[in-house]
Amino acid sequence: MSSFPEDLKYTATHEWVRVEADGSVVMGITDHAQELLGDIVFIELPEDGKEVAAEAEMSVVESVKAASDIYAPVSGKIVEVNKALLDAPEIVNSSPYGDGWFCRIQPANAAELDALLSADAYAKICE
Amino acid sequence: MGLRTPLYQQHIDAGAKLVDFGGWDMPIQYQSLIEEHHAVRQHAGVFDVSHMTVVDVQGAQAKAWLQILLANDVEKLDTIGRALYSAMLNDEGGVVDDLIVYRMQQGYRLVVNCGTREKDLRWMQERSQGFDVQITERPELAILAVHGPESIDKVCQLLAPELATQVQALGNFRALEAGDWFIARTGYTGERGLELIIPAEDAPGLWRSLLEIGVKPIGLGARDTLRLEAGMNLYGHDMDESISPLAANMEQTIAWEPATRQFIGRAAVEQHKREQAAGQLPILTGLVLEERGVLREGLRVVCELDGETREGVITSGTFSPTLKHSIALARIPAGCRNCQVDLRGKLIPVRVVQPNFVRFGKKVFE
Repeated sequence: MSSFPEDLKYTATHEWVRVEADGSVVMGITDHAQELLGDIVFIELPEDGKEVAAEAEMSVVESVKAASDIYAPVSGKIVEVNKALLDAPEIVNSSPYGDGWFCRIQPANAAELDALLSADAYAKICE
Repeated sequence: MGLRTPLYQQHIDAGAKLVDFGGWDMPIQYQSLIEEHHAVRQHAGVFDVSHMTVVDVQGAQAKAWLQILLANDVEKLDTIGRALYSAMLNDEGGVVDDLIVYRMQQGYRLVVNCGTREKDLRWMQERSQGFDVQITERPELAILAVHGPESIDKVCQLLAPELATQVQALGNFRALEAGDWFIARTGYTGERGLELIIPAEDAPGLWRSLLEIGVKPIGLGARDTLRLEAGMNLYGHDMDESISPLAANMEQTIAWEPATRQFIGRAAVEQHKREQAAGQLPILTGLVLEERGVLREGLRVVCELDGETREGVITSGTFSPTLKHSIALARIPAGCRNCQVDLRGKLIPVRVVQPNFVRFGKKVFE
């Protein structure tokens, strides 16, 4: 079964967010999302330094089965991307909450974090 | 709940993700589609394809009728056990279905697609009026396809020595009958392998024995990537009742000689052949995208013909686990150049190649 770590926040579009001590957030796609997609073969990451708006498309994941848009969970600036995913996108299948993180965002508006879903609320959406 | 094959419980036990496929609950994958794909290209895998429809044809006029029903000619089945791939056409020269026909000790065996079962059976019944033939569906049979470089040796480990020797000696597109087991050197992966058509009650035991000696269970997801790498058509995607076999890379499966054999659809495909000679019939070709991105069914292909922009469409597309880039089959106007695919609004150049990408684990196109 899919896992939903309690210390993360979630979107209804299957992204997860971890708030770091310095106020930046790390995001990726959930275990449930990678299970639905199946084997991931390409990931298009946002450019480092790019400004993104909450709920806007920021990345694309292609699995053998389907292509899927990934949406920015919060507005802000991309300050780091996980380039390891370009050559080894399958890391997202094996470690969606760990080595399979997508990027780090410096949020423009911390209040947007409060609107994200808890693990319980997200798990209900996935039922 | 959908229909279940005799191996349903084995799929659950192996951790399969089940999906609806033509009304059947079938395994789309077990753990990883890509690992399953590599298992077949490098070692051996077993597919449950019991959802496919087996139809036996017997009677004094079985041969004469099949020579009318099929675009290929069962006259080629000159010895018992030979197999032939054929289209079954409608009067307009469209493809009702594609199938394999085997010559048995008694009559013939056809294996047709699952999604076309009802219309195929109806078509066969309708078109058999006036012929002395018995058409018998065999739903009590299971089909296991075991494919990969090690597949035949693995199956033979489980057979009695005498039968194993016979199976090892089978040529490609040859089959044998051993009691109520039917074992054929046919398949849909581009690798060596066997299709075993056996009584349903024998299927779970054979499945478990194969898994115990290291044969991996393979889902329909990898079945699709394997057949597409091998450039094999999938009915309902690469061809259907509205498509001429000549526009589906199936020309070699039409037996034009003898000219007196009046198979169903003959007049129509002869007209298609004239259109083809005049450059008016589209072709089914291979596309290769060596950069990032995945070609998918339904995507628009934009190309050039005599300085004009023309369009085609991808009929099947995937990521090729063997080649590590995307491949596709596409129907495009004959003679086109400079093909591009509309990938999320951007026109991306693709290479046009022969529709055959991987055989026996190796890349085969230039």
